[in-house]
Order: sequence, then structure tokens, then C-alpha cells
Amino acid sequence: MATENVVATEVESGMPQLDFSTFPNQIFWLLIALVVIYLVLSRVALPRISGVLAERSGTISNDLAAAEDYKLRATEAEAVYEKALADARTESNRIADQARADAQAELDAALAEADARIAAQTAEAEASIAEIRASATENVAIVAKDVAEALVAAMGSTADQATIDAAVNDRMKG
Amino acid sequence: MTDVASHTATETTDAATHGAGEAVMHADAVGAGDAAADGAAAGHDAGGLVFHPLDQFLVRPIFGEGGIFHPTMPVPEIHWYTPTNVTLWLALAVLCVVLLFVVGSRGRATVPTRTQSVAELFYGFTHKMVEDVCGKEGLKYFPYIMTIFVFILFANFLGLLPMSFATTSHIAVTAILGFGVFFAVTILGFVLHGASFLKLFWMTDAPLILRPVIAVIELISYFVRPVSHSVRLAGNIMAGHAVIKVFAGFAAIALISPVSILAITAIYGLEVLVAGIQAYVFAILTCVYLKDALHPAH
Repeated sequence: MATENVVATEVESGMPQLDFSTFPNQIFWLLIALVVIYLVLSRVALPRISGVLAERSGTISNDLAAAEDYKLRATEAEAVYEKALADARTESNRIADQARADAQAELDAALAEADARIAAQTAEAEASIAEIRASATENVAIVAKDVAEALVAAMGSTADQATIDAAVNDRMKG
Repeated sequence: MTDVASHTATETTDAATHGAGEAVMHADAVGAGDAAADGAAAGHDAGGLVFHPLDQFLVRPIFGEGGIFHPTMPVPEIHWYTPTNVTLWLALAVLCVVLLFVVGSRGRATVPTRTQSVAELFYGFTHKMVEDVCGKEGLKYFPYIMTIFVFILFANFLGLLPMSFATTSHIAVTAILGFGVFFAVTILGFVLHGASFLKLFWMTDAPLILRPVIAVIELISYFVRPVSHSVRLAGNIMAGHAVIKVFAGFAAIALISPVSILAITAIYGLEVLVAGIQAYVFAILTCVYLKDALHPAH
């Protein structure tokens, strides 16, 4: 019986695909396989995978939002820092200006004092120079009178003091 | 139908069966003669080469005489409930689906494992395809399309394993898929839109005088859809497997065998592509037909 069936199919078509005696078998098992795959996918696999995907996209958007938040906070912190820096800079500028002004005032005072002292000393020195010069002129006149008296005595004549003084003074004026 | 055929065959071959002692011998003789009759003239020229390019498609029981463990024996009668190699390879396809989609995703990890990300890839790919082609309303039918796509994909790839059985090379399998889609889509169209589903065939853009002609053409093409849908898949898979088998037959000649093996390698690569592409084509055409049912007025 078995062999005869084979002979029948092979002689009839040659293609196992067109052997209609196997169709009920194939269709039966195919339908079972499709139903099983459908049930497995629709009941277990697809809900699970779609859940995982939804959860992942939720996690990702949450993380992105958190990152955005952190970024915002970082920007704020940066602004605060910048402000503090600018404040510090103006403060430091102010202190520096203050210090510079103080130093300048001190310096000016010291300079003025020094100038005054120098002027005083200069005046003093000038006074002593004038004194010295005056005494020098006087000494020159005395020396000239003494010399003139000695000259007159050396030439063998005498002249009274008054005459010599008058002559010397007369000459020194010239 | 089958009974009649087997009866006539019984009568015509009774004498031969009586003559031949062993059933196995007899089957071999028939197989060889069949291959020769299939036009393997090259086999005769090459000196006794025997081709059995279609034997790989034989539906055999798993157990008993003539089963898959006795490939030289003739195939016994197959009932609708007999566990056959079809059953085995369909079960393996189901097993692969379960392994990938259920076991692979059991961790529900936010940062996926490798298997889980492959499963997610298939999910995302099919989901996007359904949404792009059918629109948001089509997503209701996403599990069905996913079932069809994943089943065909795994059946095609499992069929590429050496010594395996390609379930999708059988017109019985693809016709159930193709006509299943056809009837489901047609019924869905009438349920959703009633008689206005027929507007699918009435082109309001065309001039009035041409519309009946176009309607007839559209109607014919509509009814050809399930046939082309199923024959495309079965034909692609069957042709590739048969060609590989023919080249494998040439490998028996030492001189030709390197060329033959190279050709098998090349065609195998092509078949890997075809396996994926045909599953994709089947799924996306299903989406296109579904779109017609959801939005018949173009």
C-alpha cells in the first residue's frame, strides 16, 4: 500500500509541492504553528517588549529632563560666580584706588615737608654765604689798608691813617 | 482525489511491484527515472549522474518506516495528523520564535542584552513598517503581521540549514498564508466599510468612460493577489533549494566539483538574502493589502 502511494504521487506530479495527499497534514500543522506563534507573541512577547521600550523612552526623557535641570542650575551657578567675581574685582579696584590715593597724599606731604626743609637749609646757607662774602670784602679792605700803610712806610714817608683809608676806599669803589 | 489517484496508480504499477522483490529497490528505480524525466539530460551525458533536486521537499513522517531516518525507503501514506518533517521544522520555527522573543527578553532590561536588542530590533522594524504603510489604525493588526513576518523569516532561514526541510517552499503552506491574508483583508474591508469597500475598484480620478474598464482590471488584479502572494514565496524558496541541489549533484564529478562548490557557496549567499527579503516582501505586501481594507477610497 505504502509503495503504491509513492508511485502514484511521483508518477502523477514529480513535484512534492503538488502532492495533494500531504496538504491536509501541512495545513493542520501550519495552523497550529501559526496559532502558537500568535499567542506567544501577542500574550507574552509583544507586551513585554513594548513595555520595555516605553520604559526605556521614559527613562531617557526623564534623564534628559534631569540633565536639562542640571544644566540650568549650572548656568545659574555660573552667573552667581560671575557676579561675585565682578564684585570682587570692583572691590579690589576700589581698595587699590584708595591705597593709591593714601600713598599719594602721604607722598605729597612728605615731599612738601622735604621741600620746606630744603628751602630752610638753602636760606640758611645763603645767609651764611652772604655773611662770609661780606666778611671777605671787609677783610680785603683791611688787608688793602694794611698793605697800603706798609707800602707807604716802606717808601720812607708816613701818612696818617685817615688818608690811607680814604684812598683805599676810593680805589675799591672804582 | 487522492484516493482515485492512488487507485489508478495501484492498478498501473501492480505488475511492477509484484516483479520487484524489495520495495526499497523499487523506490530507487522510480526516483532515478523521475529525475531523468525531469530533464536532467546533463546527468546522462556526464555518465550516470543522478539528480534528485526535489527529494528534499518530500513530506515524510518522523517515525517509522519511510520516515526521515530512513530516507531511502518509500514514503508511506500521510494522514492529516501524522507528525512529519513539516511538523518538526514548524516546531523548530516556533521554538526559535519563543527563544528569541520570550527567553531573549525575559530580563526586561532597560539596557538590553544582545538577544533582547535583536528582539527589540524585530519589534521596532515591524512596528514601524505597519505604522508607515497602514497608519495608526493599522497598529491594531500589528501582532498578526508580526506573526506572519517572524514565522516566514524563521521558516526561510531554518530551511537553509543543510539537511533541513524548507516548510515555506511548499505551496500548501504559503497558500494558507496568502489566502488567509486575502480573506482576512477582504472581510475586514467589508466589515469596516460595508458596500463602500467596493470603491476600491472604482477610480474616481479616472474619466467616467474608463472607470468600468479599470474596475474590471482592478478586480482581476485583486483576485490574483493571493496567488502571486503565495506563489512568489514558495517559488523563490523552492527554486533556490533545487538549484543548490542540482549543483551539488554536479559535485560528484571530480573535475567540476570546485566550480560546483563555488557555485553552491554563491547561491547559498544569494539564498540567505532571498530568505530575508521574501519574508519582508510578504509582510510589507500584507501591510499594503491591509491598508486597502482600512482606506479603500485611495
